[in-house]
Amino acid sequence: MSLTEEDVRYVATLANLNLSAEEIPQLVRNLGEILAHMDRLSEIATEGVEPMAQVLYDAPETATLRDDVVRTPLGSEAALQNAPLSAPGYFKVPLVIER
Amino acid sequence: MQFENFTIAEIQQGLRARSFTAAEITRATLHFAEAHNPATNAYLLLSPERAIAQAEAVDRKLAQGEDPGPLAGVPVAVKDVILTKGLRTTCASKLLEHFIPPYDATAVIRLEQAGGVIIGKTNCDEFAMGSSNENSAFGPVRNPVALDRVPGGSSGGSAAVVAQGTATVSLGSDTGGSIRQPASFCGVVGVTPTYGRVSRYGLVAFASSLDHIGPFARTVRDAAILLEVISGADPLDSTSAAAPVPHYADSLDRNLKGVRLGIPKEYFKDATGETAALVLRAIEVLREEGCDVREISLPSTDYAIDCYYVLSTAEASSNLARYDGVRYTVRSPHSDTLSHMFSNTRGESFGAEVKRRIMLGTYVLSHGYYDAYYKKAQQVRSLITQDFKRAFEEVDAIVAPVSPFPAFRLGEKLDDPLQMYLSDIYTVTGSLAGIPCMSVPCGRTGDNLPVGLQILCNHFDEAGMFRIADAFERVVR
Repeated sequence: MSLTEEDVRYVATLANLNLSAEEIPQLVRNLGEILAHMDRLSEIATEGVEPMAQVLYDAPETATLRDDVVRTPLGSEAALQNAPLSAPGYFKVPLVIER
Repeated sequence: MQFENFTIAEIQQGLRARSFTAAEITRATLHFAEAHNPATNAYLLLSPERAIAQAEAVDRKLAQGEDPGPLAGVPVAVKDVILTKGLRTTCASKLLEHFIPPYDATAVIRLEQAGGVIIGKTNCDEFAMGSSNENSAFGPVRNPVALDRVPGGSSGGSAAVVAQGTATVSLGSDTGGSIRQPASFCGVVGVTPTYGRVSRYGLVAFASSLDHIGPFARTVRDAAILLEVISGADPLDSTSAAAPVPHYADSLDRNLKGVRLGIPKEYFKDATGETAALVLRAIEVLREEGCDVREISLPSTDYAIDCYYVLSTAEASSNLARYDGVRYTVRSPHSDTLSHMFSNTRGESFGAEVKRRIMLGTYVLSHGYYDAYYKKAQQVRSLITQDFKRAFEEVDAIVAPVSPFPAFRLGEKLDDPLQMYLSDIYTVTGSLAGIPCMSVPCGRTGDNLPVGLQILCNHFDEAGMFRIADAFERVVR
């Protein structure tokens, strides 16, 4: 698995991550090494094996359903209290449509 | 009076005998922490106001003859990835440097309802990503046993405060070994419970299908008491388990006659050096105590580390997408559009390891690689889980090393991320299967560095795990 600077730039765009000029070659090296190690996964036979997304154990089907009761929500004031920029009831952000 | 070596039971006896008050323990512990924290950097924040108010409430209950709870007056430290209402919670990240949570984690509510006193928030690797606690934006933690060494990670601060005596017990979080490995490096007990045993509500998400909250303590009994308090179903976490919580103290002070113990040969393949020797000696002790010891095989073990780093980084890349400059305190000032604000805020505020994992996770989930990495790793996770399932048909518990080596020097592995990842080879397996596992001290190397013995049991058999750990602890103490 060889990784190029172009690959790293593309993935960084997908991840909304602005990388510096120094970080890119470093990530090419680090990620390349780690992915080469991960390529060992192709050695193990998994035909017909169910992919596991979550730890499962025996429990009744409704075990994780909570009672349907009304709870007081956090409220917008508390939800906004850590925002870098807000106004009553909403977050403020820069220009959304870039045209 | 000094309380740094007290157990929970000693605190309860002293409070009820009026030898001291909860407020006295709290003040003494805060002073002790102030004096000793500069050496280790284990606490990021002390919380004297909340601690003293809680201690005084405990003292009032005692004075009125009410039951103040099983953790009454016990100094507890909380890893800084677990939310505490009104108390800054940073995840050791620049991005959350000023974040004040609007609510408490369920585990925090439960431990305070039981009378526990939160002394402060502990340092860790940024967003719990690391195996040495060197990835904190606020400086590394030093191991109190050997100050030139790492305490392990990611819950390095929570292990260090318990080892140092600046808290009696603490909460950490474990995704791939982040409780067991620092417990072994600092010579304390660390427990990763069954996935779902403890609510994750208020635990800042790293990899949701792997994240656990669990206790650190200086004795198995104290870890069992704290786990019992924080365990149980929670309507705010749909992955929390409905299974009833046993009274764990009932499984202590028992003998080990007839306990079937499995030694997985894959964990002892390269068993050389002092760590392996100490673990093998521990197994001999368990045999002498009456365990029926037999070799077993967990054939998929070799692929666990790759499986773990694919799945955990994939989940992390998704979970950490929320840190975009909109909701969480820090926003890059140099952005004229929304998309620049996202990528600049993240680029300027995340540390190197977090960026590396977001990149890896995004890559393995991206078009063309999903099947080869992500889906494949999920299938391998099934195989690893089936290995354990088969093993627990013939044994009651599995014992193994926690880490291939004891605490290493600060800086030793920092430039080699792959080597750092490989140090988790013995802990990621239990995390992937979601089974309970723990580290209990089993001796020290010639350099006086602690080594931990790992005990793994079947889903929800924390009681069986504590029985073995407690019996072992009584023999070696």
